[in-house]
Amino acid sequence: MALFLAGPIAYCAYIAFTDLQLTGQAESSFVGFDNFTAAFKDPAFLNAVWLTLVFTFLSSIVGQNTLGLALAALMQRASKPVRTITGAVVVTAWVLPEVVAGFLMYAFFRREGTLNAILDWLQLPHQNWLFTLPILAVSFANVWRGTAFSMLVYSAALAEIPTEVTESAQVDGANAWQRLWHITLPMIRRSIGTNLMLNTLQTLSVFGLIWVMTRGGPGNDSQTLPLFMYEQAFQKSMIGYGTAVALLLLVVGSLFSLVYMRLLRTED
Amino acid sequence: MKTRIRRRVKTRIRRRLSADAALLLVALTFVLPLAWVVLSSVDADANLRVKWPSQLTFGNFDDVLKPDVTFTPLLNSLILCGCATALTVGCAALAAYPLSRYRSRLNNPFLTTTLFATCLPITAVMVPVYALFVQVNLIDTMAGTIYFFAASQLPFAVWLMKNFMDGVPKELEEAAWTDGANTFQGLVRIVLPLMGPGVAVVTVYSFAMMWGNFFVPFMLLLSPDQMPASVSINDFFGNRGTVVYGQLAAFSIIYSTPVVLLYVLVSRRFGGGFALGGAVKG
Repeated sequence: MALFLAGPIAYCAYIAFTDLQLTGQAESSFVGFDNFTAAFKDPAFLNAVWLTLVFTFLSSIVGQNTLGLALAALMQRASKPVRTITGAVVVTAWVLPEVVAGFLMYAFFRREGTLNAILDWLQLPHQNWLFTLPILAVSFANVWRGTAFSMLVYSAALAEIPTEVTESAQVDGANAWQRLWHITLPMIRRSIGTNLMLNTLQTLSVFGLIWVMTRGGPGNDSQTLPLFMYEQAFQKSMIGYGTAVALLLLVVGSLFSLVYMRLLRTED
Repeated sequence: MKTRIRRRVKTRIRRRLSADAALLLVALTFVLPLAWVVLSSVDADANLRVKWPSQLTFGNFDDVLKPDVTFTPLLNSLILCGCATALTVGCAALAAYPLSRYRSRLNNPFLTTTLFATCLPITAVMVPVYALFVQVNLIDTMAGTIYFFAASQLPFAVWLMKNFMDGVPKELEEAAWTDGANTFQGLVRIVLPLMGPGVAVVTVYSFAMMWGNFFVPFMLLLSPDQMPASVSINDFFGNRGTVVYGQLAAFSIIYSTPVVLLYVLVSRRFGGGFALGGAVKG
């Protein structure tokens, strides 16, 4: 583990400061912070950062988290067969390999795909989703794939809330929203924290899903940081630059990771 | 009084019905893409829409079940994930044992680091790993990919394994020690069998994660005959001219079946959610 994880990270830190390239150059030289300054001046990089933020916010924080919580809450009330069916379907989407999930969503969003068929049937205007709103499509795909995790976490958390508490609140005349806001949410606060953190980290490193659906295109319209990094390092052969981007991604990941560990510690 | 109770029952039923309706709606949106893959795989002229097969056929499966299309990639996947899982579980057991049994000053820092590593986005490490592998000549080798797979899965495996191991009472090994077993025997003969479900969960989880992983083999393996299924599925697009959606769907199903089955097996026997609830809480 030390060799295969710490090694690359240390090596990563080193070549991020060089102008290593895959071809045409035997020796790499030390270029200091050039890669980083170049990155922050590069509009494509800034675009990737922005798209990563949008993607993470939409799919992880809004989508997976909220939908997961809603599903878990609804499941507490629903009848057993419905609960089983929904759970099975949502979890299946989660268990499927990343690439397969990508294909399924690709088929769903294509111009000739299912979504537009439904829209036609409802007599709503359809469009070429992967072309006009690619980031929305991949975000939805990520929600489709990742919600099961939040659902499981929140189901476990909600099951731990003693029913007396909610019932007594109900007797005292609190309506559903008040109960949710004043009782349920504060009681599962920690689960929300950990879940958000894990979702965000997971979403930050999504590659296969987007790659299969759009390859980061059209243009750069769905190119999040991992795809940007891949393009720079391999299609443009600028390993040093790609690694600098990787290092930035890693730093963001570590920050989240640290926050996550803080959350766990307060839980003990 | 009676009317009040009746009203309560009524609201409860209404609430249940609305919850049911909402859940079914979500399930429907979630199931559409899944329905596509199932229906298309048995459809003679499948396209991208969910539709009832115009002509029911297993021809897609027949077309796909050929050595170079399915068997070789699946075998590669099996070798890659099997070896890497074995490596992961073995190392995780060895690492978790001292962490769970002995108090040492290094325990906490080590565990913290493990947890920290668990959370790092592996995607970000791939570019430097590629560069590193080129320099040490591990690129395009199964062995190198297996090592990296195992290493990337190890932090989480150690963490899970340690939590499960904490559940095995220490007295049992102490009894074995007095009967003359050494530490290693104690681990292999007493502790691991007792935490069978835990080991199973770690194994299945590691295997499933690697089975579905696309990026790692995509980067580290170059020659087509070494590609696992997660990457070779890409060939259905582009490289072979027009996409035959029926075949793509059939292959997707064949490729997904093992992990889905494993998941069902594990969740049947050891409770839902891969027992991840416990893992998440730490």
